[in-house]
Amino acid sequence: MSGIEILQIWIMAFLTLALFSFLYKDNAVYKLAEHIFAGLSAGYYVGLIWDTVIVQQLWEPLIAGKALLIVPGLMGLLMFGRFSQQYSWISRVSLAFVMGTTSGIFLVTQLHGLVLAQMRSTMRSMAGSDGITDLLLSLVIVVGVIATLIYFYFSKEHKGILGGTAKVGVWFIMISFGAHFGYTVMGRVSLLIGRVQFLIQDWIGSFGQII
Amino acid sequence: MKTTVPIIVAFLAGVALVLAFFFDQRTLIGSLSQELRVWLSIVGGFTLLLGVVSITRVNYAAVKQRKEGWFFKLITLVSIFVMAVPALLPSSWSSLFGRQEGSIYDWLFLYMDAPMMATMFATLAFYIASAAYRAFRARSPESTLLLVTATVIMLWRVPMGEWFLDQLPGDIPFFLNTYIMNGINMAVQRGIIIGAALGAASMSLRIILGIERTYMGKG
Repeated sequence: MSGIEILQIWIMAFLTLALFSFLYKDNAVYKLAEHIFAGLSAGYYVGLIWDTVIVQQLWEPLIAGKALLIVPGLMGLLMFGRFSQQYSWISRVSLAFVMGTTSGIFLVTQLHGLVLAQMRSTMRSMAGSDGITDLLLSLVIVVGVIATLIYFYFSKEHKGILGGTAKVGVWFIMISFGAHFGYTVMGRVSLLIGRVQFLIQDWIGSFGQII
Repeated sequence: MKTTVPIIVAFLAGVALVLAFFFDQRTLIGSLSQELRVWLSIVGGFTLLLGVVSITRVNYAAVKQRKEGWFFKLITLVSIFVMAVPALLPSSWSSLFGRQEGSIYDWLFLYMDAPMMATMFATLAFYIASAAYRAFRARSPESTLLLVTATVIMLWRVPMGEWFLDQLPGDIPFFLNTYIMNGINMAVQRGIIIGAALGAASMSLRIILGIERTYMGKG
């Protein structure tokens, strides 16, 4: 293991232990690591956007002759008008463009790509059932989707049939949230195992190289 | 002027992208929609930069006025610049600049940012466990369902738990996979997706028609 590799491991180990120190209580070493993390993450996005958006999508095509790209470039710069009290309204034009285009994309993709597609899959699963297990599964899905939607329907008081179906919806939702919770816990525990493995194998393992 | 122009811009941009759905990509409206998507990506990139500039301004003001915790805010500022500045410089000047393998940006991401990100998420394991201890009480049939499902799924996902479930009568792992994950869980996810998508679509329509204007702020 080279000196640089040992230094890298020790930096990673210091930052890992500094962040874990919060489990004991809030302290200066944790705050130091936390602020380094916040700064590096912000800097990471600056580098990413500069390269993938400003250089690759704006600057290089602009130089190649796509003069029309001056318009989004200017709209992007207008965003910074937000920092001026007098001219902050200018940034609304750029913001409106982002909101308008995003809404246009969303309106179609959400209805066509999600609502109709999910409803179609739900209904067709019943027709294409193969065997009793498959039919039962399709039935569970159809009842689950309808009951969940009714639980989230707040325009009418949940009483009578609506209330009963909403109650079934709660049971479905609780089981689903329980499954999600279980998966989330296992995901986080897996990350924890990764960090502990790093500390034991790499960091403590590097002690022998130093001594 | 301050409100009308943005509403017209949002309307035209929104309508163009909705209309593009009904036309072929080779038509004028189809190619216009492709161009608008590129423009959105560019303006969206600037909005993210705006956020970073805003963080820098807020932290710089706190450091300048020596507010409480100013030293840590200085650390944030230094970290932003140490990460961002070498990435902004062209890689033709030095192999340390730019975003390629072996650059300062790459090194900081691999050996500082990524391990800290993993540690932050790993730390959440403790808080989730602590929250579960307080929240997971079988006080009602609904909370019991949540408790039992979460416990069984967690057991199922570790080798020892899987072995334990295999010892029980009936094919419990098959039942879990078929009816819980591919049945009940999928049904609820679909219900939530359909509900959220209908909400997003109606909000989009409100924005395009100029009914929803809160994104513009006051003034």
